[in-house]
Amino acid sequence: MTHHNKTVLGAWVTAIVAIAAFLAAAYAFTGGPAKPVPSPLTGVFLGKGKKCVAPVAIMRRYHMQFLLHQRDLTVHEGIRTQRFLLTNCVDCHADPKTNSVLGKHGFCASCHAYAAVQIDCFSCHSPHPQREQETATSAIALAPQHSRIAEMVSKTMVTELQSEPVDGPK
Amino acid sequence: MSLDRRQFLAVGGAVLASAALAPGMRLVELAEARSPDQAVTNAQRWGILVDTTRCAEGCSACVSACNKENGLQQNVRLDIRPQWIRTVTLQDEQTGYVQTLPMMCQHCEEPPCADVCPTGASFRRADGIVLVDRHICIGCRYCMMACPYKARSFVHENLTGQRADVPRGKGTVEGCNMCVHRVDEGRIPACVEACNYDGGKALTFGDMRDPASEIAKRLATQQSEEIRPNLNLDTGVRYQGL
Ligand code: SF4
Ligand code: SF4
Repeated sequence: MTHHNKTVLGAWVTAIVAIAAFLAAAYAFTGGPAKPVPSPLTGVFLGKGKKCVAPVAIMRRYHMQFLLHQRDLTVHEGIRTQRFLLTNCVDCHADPKTNSVLGKHGFCASCHAYAAVQIDCFSCHSPHPQREQETATSAIALAPQHSRIAEMVSKTMVTELQSEPVDGPK
Repeated sequence: MSLDRRQFLAVGGAVLASAALAPGMRLVELAEARSPDQAVTNAQRWGILVDTTRCAEGCSACVSACNKENGLQQNVRLDIRPQWIRTVTLQDEQTGYVQTLPMMCQHCEEPPCADVCPTGASFRRADGIVLVDRHICIGCRYCMMACPYKARSFVHENLTGQRADVPRGKGTVEGCNMCVHRVDEGRIPACVEACNYDGGKALTFGDMRDPASEIAKRLATQQSEEIRPNLNLDTGVRYQGL
């Protein structure tokens, strides 16, 4: 009986030592407690306009859905509302220094490089602005909210989208 | 004919517009009447009428205008050079009579390119403009083989310097899109504008379904023909004086 208990204790001690060693190794490997995630947007020109066409958090998460949806509406039905039109995004976000949304500090390219998500739009679409910013922003102001774009997003998002654009890039 | 609500509204709008505007003003007014958030409908069918008797030999104003408008770089090898519109010169072997005419996508009502396309990338827009949705084109080039007018080109190499309104890229097929980005703004195609700029007037653009438009009136009262009418494609580009 005693002999058996000693064996069990030994097994426990071994296990605990092994777990502690593993945790120590993992700690050393990851370099300690989580560091703040570096921002991909250092040195990046954010935009000429004062406000984005939707709140930044929504644009970060959903811009590809907006672009995809509008792309089908534009190509197949000739709907060219300005709000989520790629040319309009480029007009505003292109860096005046490079005249482009691509390049190391380009608005699109820098974030996509950081996130390791290949961006394919600009093998066909122009990364350069075509209109002056004034035209671009006034076009946004006049653009009607396209109901089918609103339909595709969740109810909370619709509410957020229908409110005036609130915050610009920070 | 059954119309859905959107089409009904569009037809109603067209009727109202025609009542309100002076003759001759209607075409552009109608094109502008569609707001940017309204879908195109089959209430309109855009077409081009070519009067070949007014096509001057050696003139290629339409071709240069197209290349410029759509950013079609011409400094590439001849065998892969994009060509949305070209001039064709025909000579009558018996009489020696020479005529020149522009040839581009004929915007078929029954487009063979769309019939053969395996992905749905080739399609006819409701208002009659035949397009390639390059987002879903896989570059198989079936449409190029199916087109009786050799109207399409394939993009063989990486491109730079595309026009913002005219996205184009490697691995997809392209052809005359009747300057759809201009038409959607209520403007006329670049080739037609260039042809009429110095009074050539060989090209007329308009809505073939609008009885008050110049193109519809001329089609109704003057002789015109499709190229290869035996194919029954009901083309949107019609010719006079062939
Ligand atoms: S002319 Fe050729 S490309 Fe144009 S619609 Fe007809 S088949 Fe298609
Ligand atoms: S090349 Fe593109 S548009 Fe032409 S048939 Fe193939 S998928 Fe369709």
